[in-house]
Amino acid sequence: MLEKENYILEMLHITKSFSGVLANDDVSLKLRKGEIHVLLGENGAGKSTLMSILFGLYDPTYGEIKINGETVRIKNPNDARKYHIGMVHQHFKLVECISVLKNIIIGVEPFKEYKYVAKEKPSLKDGSSFWKKIIHFFKVSWFYISQGISKFLDICLINKLLTYLNKKIFHFIDYKKAREDVLAISKKYHLDIELDALISDITVGMQQRVEILKMLYRENDILIFDEPTAVLTPQEIDELMKIMKNLTSEGKSIIFITHKMKEIFAVGDRCSILRKGKYVGTVNIADVNENELSDLMVGHHISLELNKKPANPTDVVLDVKNLVIYDKQRKIDKVKDVSFNVRKGEIVCIAGIDGNGQSDLIFGLTGLESIKSGQILLNGTDISSYSIKRRNNAGMAHIPEDRHKHGLILDYRLDENIALGKQNSKEFSRFGFINFKARKQYANMIIEKYDVRSLFGVYSNVRGMSGGNQQKAIIGREIEKNGDLLIAVQPTRGLDVGAVTRIHEQLIEQRDLGKAILLVSFEMDEVLNLSDRILVMHDGKIQGELESSKTNAREIGLYMIGAKGEKHE
Amino acid sequence: MNNISIFFSKIGHSIKHFFKYLFKAQNENNPSYAKKFIRNNGVQSVITSLICILVGLLVGYITLLIINPEGAASGFQTILLNFLTFNRGELELKYFAKTLVNTTPLLCCALSVLFAYKAGLFNIGASGQYLVASCITLLCSLVLHLPWYVCTILAIIGGAIMGSLVGLLKAYFNVNEVISSIMLNWIALYVVNLIIKKSPAWNDSVNETFNIAENASSSLLPTLGLNNATGFAYFGIGLFVAIFFAVVVIIVLRRTVFGYELMATGFNRNGAKYAGINEKRSIILSMAISGALAGLGAPLFYLSGMGIYTCPSVVPQMGFDGISAAFLGGLNPIGAIFSSYFLQHIMSAGAKLNTDMYCSQTADLIVGVIIYLCAFAGGLRIFVNKLSNGEIKFHFKKKKNRPQMLKEDK
Repeated sequence: MLEKENYILEMLHITKSFSGVLANDDVSLKLRKGEIHVLLGENGAGKSTLMSILFGLYDPTYGEIKINGETVRIKNPNDARKYHIGMVHQHFKLVECISVLKNIIIGVEPFKEYKYVAKEKPSLKDGSSFWKKIIHFFKVSWFYISQGISKFLDICLINKLLTYLNKKIFHFIDYKKAREDVLAISKKYHLDIELDALISDITVGMQQRVEILKMLYRENDILIFDEPTAVLTPQEIDELMKIMKNLTSEGKSIIFITHKMKEIFAVGDRCSILRKGKYVGTVNIADVNENELSDLMVGHHISLELNKKPANPTDVVLDVKNLVIYDKQRKIDKVKDVSFNVRKGEIVCIAGIDGNGQSDLIFGLTGLESIKSGQILLNGTDISSYSIKRRNNAGMAHIPEDRHKHGLILDYRLDENIALGKQNSKEFSRFGFINFKARKQYANMIIEKYDVRSLFGVYSNVRGMSGGNQQKAIIGREIEKNGDLLIAVQPTRGLDVGAVTRIHEQLIEQRDLGKAILLVSFEMDEVLNLSDRILVMHDGKIQGELESSKTNAREIGLYMIGAKGEKHE
Repeated sequence: MNNISIFFSKIGHSIKHFFKYLFKAQNENNPSYAKKFIRNNGVQSVITSLICILVGLLVGYITLLIINPEGAASGFQTILLNFLTFNRGELELKYFAKTLVNTTPLLCCALSVLFAYKAGLFNIGASGQYLVASCITLLCSLVLHLPWYVCTILAIIGGAIMGSLVGLLKAYFNVNEVISSIMLNWIALYVVNLIIKKSPAWNDSVNETFNIAENASSSLLPTLGLNNATGFAYFGIGLFVAIFFAVVVIIVLRRTVFGYELMATGFNRNGAKYAGINEKRSIILSMAISGALAGLGAPLFYLSGMGIYTCPSVVPQMGFDGISAAFLGGLNPIGAIFSSYFLQHIMSAGAKLNTDMYCSQTADLIVGVIIYLCAFAGGLRIFVNKLSNGEIKFHFKKKKNRPQMLKEDK
């Protein structure tokens, strides 16, 4: 018999079915104390389901969960909290309009305790002036009175009563204690944080730190990170990796869900792999390489290298001249005098740190936001005053950054979503009535061509589909619009390696077919691999234009932070 | 003897097999027919509404019991059966027709509410739109003696303008439609009262408007002999026009690109904008159509000849009952036809409650309780849906640390 290992968490033979469909099929996960355990799998492989079961959001159909060797039953997130399991969700669960401190203590607020605390008697230096002595007299009298009352309340047990009442009824919060505790934790784990800032004012990286602090404040031992790096800049990712290492050295155990190989090899100790709901195995990260891992995940060999021929650009499709976009709320220009062009048969990438005006630039181009001045020429015609519908008809396709906010109507079915944006075209409507048959056929074509997986085909509810498949549907829809210009904002956000490669191939295929592609990406690898020209944006301006074959990540990074490049003033 | 027993056993056998067929899953991916049936949206809506009605009736009955236990049984019977207690065929038919005429404006308001709701707006101002349309109807018929279809069209336009006002405020100034429509209700009420009282349609001697049936018979809705058939003089084509529009609403919402765009705006305003839908136009148009539907109720009711406007001092309940009817009908136009009839049935029955046992407000109270519970249909619907998908399970016996089933090792 093998020596019994000490696991802090064991999930054994977990099976979960949703109305007959197995999301997890006999999955086991064993977490050692003090390790970073990577959970790897394609989109829809059942990672999120597994973590939701651990976090008490779902009840498993079969299987058991052991914590420190004891079988437990986690019925809801409160139970998970009881067993010290914490989770950083991919989309943060923070309250935007209140301060960082309040966000950290939310739900577990320390209540004020009333008790007698002996204080130091105020002292007076020798030779003080008359007025100082008078003030001292008042200070001393206040000292005796307050201490006396406090002591009296303590003796009469009134303080006990007040504390009890506060705990049960009044719920006055002891912010002083909370602040001390949070500061102590942030010092221990080197998590710099500004406690009084509002969540809406701080960066995404900072918000993530708030989420981590939130978990630590609850004294959680098992920490789940669900794709934490999807929204971070390279620098912030490095920072996060350091923090994670710190956490494990302090004895916390981490389950780390990610698709990025670099991160897995940077911090991971062991890796469990899921494929289509089934458990494939657990490997020591030190024993494998990137290709082996991705093969294990997908189940067959995929090549991570992109097969890209040099670009052969011809006519200018999109020509942007002196574009300025104004922010009405913050009363500043978000996009400052930007000019560039995109030609047929090339991929132009706008790189930069999130929040430097890329999103606004795209909103301006696609018509979601109005522009202050400048010209947008599409195939030579000025479309800057066109409505979104006319821009679409003029040959603009747009894969939006936020698929839930813009890209999809989540309550509509898949076929209805695939027709979105084309609902008025002759293909899908006759005299204002919907042509259901044509729409269904078209949707089926896209589902097949772009491998959109869902439970009920065209009739499946989009809300219930996994993020990767939602994205595939959007990409299929926009590519099939067959416009001259394809604007793709973060097209591979949150997708697994296989899907990313496939989308990259599709984009390159479109380029070779003579489309102009404008790509916005925050991921350095994507920027370097996919694009032919790179425009780096910093603070609303285009800081520099680079040829992707003649540059590297370091140089782009310098442009991104504004340390290099032309100054417009 | 033997033959008969075999016969019955065969029938029993086939019934058993029929049920087995119903409840047995076809294969792994296809659940049984019974499950499919229960997961059907329409079936769920009907179940939900029926549960709501039952609970509402139960609570109403309990209220009656609390107020006066003696008359509760007969009172409850009165409310539930209404005219069916008359025991005379022709009388029952007559009152059935009367209830149907009264149902017409309620159905229109229900359609109005549900149309706006499908487009993501909550139209509480159906009453106001109905009032404006009533005013136009009364003036057109009593003063101008226009034919019924002209009156109807003008009234619809009035309602639509009233509705689009709310839509404009929402689209361009981001005013919450609930607030603006409820305020406009009161504005409409006072303006309409003012206009009607100053107009020749107002009969000062009885403090109400002139009777349309007597003074403007040229404006009455065609009856096509229905009045003679039912024995109720005012029963015309009004209800059928309303039902026709219910069908039109279904077709517009489900079958047309216009409905697709409206509903897309309702579900996700940003997504609709992204898809090239003019979301401001969508909002204004859907409110205008909603107002037009509410406005449709007024001519269909007043031009039946039955309606008399009395210049009430409060906003009529019609629009608010329309909300209940819309939700009770599962937000489906066809469902709304039945639910608004049911509500009207209960409401008119309330007036017939025995006044010796119960004061006159009791009827309103009971009806109010039932309508109130009917409005829970929306919330209950989610529960029924989860129940049928097996997401909620009942654990009748609570055990501590129930051991989890381990998957058997093969």
